[in-house]
Amino acid sequence: MSEAIVSLRGVSKSYVRGKQSVEVLQKLDLSISRGDFLALMGPSGSGKTTLLNLIGGLDHPSAGEVVVGGQRIDQLSSGALAQWRSHHVGFVFQFYNLLGVLSAEKNVELPLLLTPLSKAQRARHVATALEIVGLADRAKHKPSELSGGQAQRVAIARALVADPTLLVCDEPTGDLDRKTADEILGLLQTLNRQHGKTIVMVTHDPKAAEYATHQLHMDKGRLIEQSANA
Amino acid sequence: MKYLPLIWAALGRRKPRTILTGLSIAVAFLLYGMLNAVNVAFNNGVEIAGVDRLVTTGRYSITQILPYGHEAQIRSLPGVEQVAASNWFGGYYQDQRNFFPQFAVEQEAYLSMYPEIVLPAEQKQAFFNTRTGVVVAKTLAERFHWKLGDKIPMQAGIWPLKDGGNVWTFDLVGIFDTANPKDRSQYEMMLIRYDYFDEARQFAKGTAGWYVSKIKNANEAGTLAKQIDALFANSPNETRTDTEKAFNQGFIKQLGDIGLIIRSILGAVFFTLLFLTGNTMMQSVRERIPELAVLKTLGYSDPLVLALVLGESLLLTLIAALVGLGLATILLPGMAAHLPGFSGLTITAQAAVAALGIATLLAIVVGLPPALRAMRLDIVTALSGH
Ligand SMILES: Nc1ncnc2c1ncn2[C@@H]1O[C@H](COP(=O)(O)OP(=O)(O)O)[C@@H](O)[C@H]1O
Ligand SMILES: [Mg+2]
Repeated sequence: MSEAIVSLRGVSKSYVRGKQSVEVLQKLDLSISRGDFLALMGPSGSGKTTLLNLIGGLDHPSAGEVVVGGQRIDQLSSGALAQWRSHHVGFVFQFYNLLGVLSAEKNVELPLLLTPLSKAQRARHVATALEIVGLADRAKHKPSELSGGQAQRVAIARALVADPTLLVCDEPTGDLDRKTADEILGLLQTLNRQHGKTIVMVTHDPKAAEYATHQLHMDKGRLIEQSANA
Repeated sequence: MKYLPLIWAALGRRKPRTILTGLSIAVAFLLYGMLNAVNVAFNNGVEIAGVDRLVTTGRYSITQILPYGHEAQIRSLPGVEQVAASNWFGGYYQDQRNFFPQFAVEQEAYLSMYPEIVLPAEQKQAFFNTRTGVVVAKTLAERFHWKLGDKIPMQAGIWPLKDGGNVWTFDLVGIFDTANPKDRSQYEMMLIRYDYFDEARQFAKGTAGWYVSKIKNANEAGTLAKQIDALFANSPNETRTDTEKAFNQGFIKQLGDIGLIIRSILGAVFFTLLFLTGNTMMQSVRERIPELAVLKTLGYSDPLVLALVLGESLLLTLIAALVGLGLATILLPGMAAHLPGFSGLTITAQAAVAALGIATLLAIVVGLPPALRAMRLDIVTALSGH
């Protein structure tokens, strides 16, 4: 087994709703190795997004340890977490979440504005990222001028551009048709295989999960089985 | 500032709304620029008034006339150097809207008391030698295309001629300027000779509207003013003497407290603006909650998000303020052309700096609530819609 890039120990998460406290994740243990492409599956409401948010440093667990890239992130302040995310995690969402007023390349540049890179260096990184996702010719287009698949590619380029340790994708194909979904999944697979990106992807589509190297099923806040794809 | 394109783009998100808001801010600053220039022009008169000149009027009103005999008595006081009888002529040229002040003064004494009025020596001499002569400010001569030697028919507003006629025909013998161009608007006037005026008018002969005295020592202004008024105490023509500065202030007060009026108008305008702009900013942030959450997801810190939203507010307000002030600068000369005594209307550097200060304050006041809201935004909640 290779080096664990993500490791969760005894992680719980509960939300307070009214007077009740709902335990969404219950004492989870999980380890993801560098270079894995993990598909996280399970019914709606099973806690997939919550888990992904903890791995991506968007949220704090109620209990337990979250270690990513050798660093404990569960106790970082939200300011420190923000900085940590900018260095280590790329996010891809179901609805792309691009900024509508910015062109594709400006969207991709967003994470780089937080780095000390010069304008020219940023432009080079952006061009490379758009190249990788096959959208070099759409750099100047606004999100409204792109198809769903293209928009998601831009989102993937944005997630990649700062060369993060980890790509975290929440239902990245949930809004796409089969064919486009396959293209996006193929792209993620390429990123995993050829660029060595570690990817954690939430999906409830078994076909999508087949692109991953590992699958993990969740139900009611617990992990129920772990299987490696062929 | 690498975030500028991001801020700029955010403003472009709803262009019509941004432009409308920007325009209302611009109009407010246009108004600010114009009213401020007017206020400055009013106060200029007070500022430049000589401290060694006293003005003696009727005790109860500046419209009360005083016997000409007062002059010699005032002059007899040891501290007084010169006295000039003055009258308000109150006529107009061609059209009543062409208003500008005309004073009938004792020319030699008057001009010697006002060194800031600069008149070529030979023109001054011509004025002294021509009973029907008048001298006018350069700005007026330009406005009415008058040149030396012109006969200028003035419609009487108050003073008919002896023969009942209403048109006074004067000879233009001099065109003066002010030593300091800044003072031009204060001296945008016509000077008529008192001796001719008094002889030719139909009634009130042997009186003056007020007396201007030049005193030897400005420090004695207070004492001398009291001495002058004491001369006429308990007479049928009691007087009230002030420094020219106090007199001008009093005169302006009669028009109402211009400063207060202007501040009230601007206060109301900016108060309204506060709600308008504040609402726009709040709405704009509310609509962008998911986008702001995305920025935070990417690692944009809370203070940075705060700064971005405040930056938007600042950029909009400052650009609009500059547009407004720019418009004011363009429009002021045109406005001044219709307002005699205001030819020097400009936006002073001080007013411009103050305007930018106000704009910054406005930006912060309206930008802070939405900026704080954006800053405090919880990513997980915003992204999930919980
Ligand atoms: N911010 C929140 N506040 C309250 N309850 C939440 C919040 N986020 C998620 N939940 C609840 O936690 C459970 C798991 O949610 P989620 O992780 O989004 O599930 P999944 O992604 O698997 O559909 C759901 O019952 C959901 O209603
Ligand atoms: Mg989910």
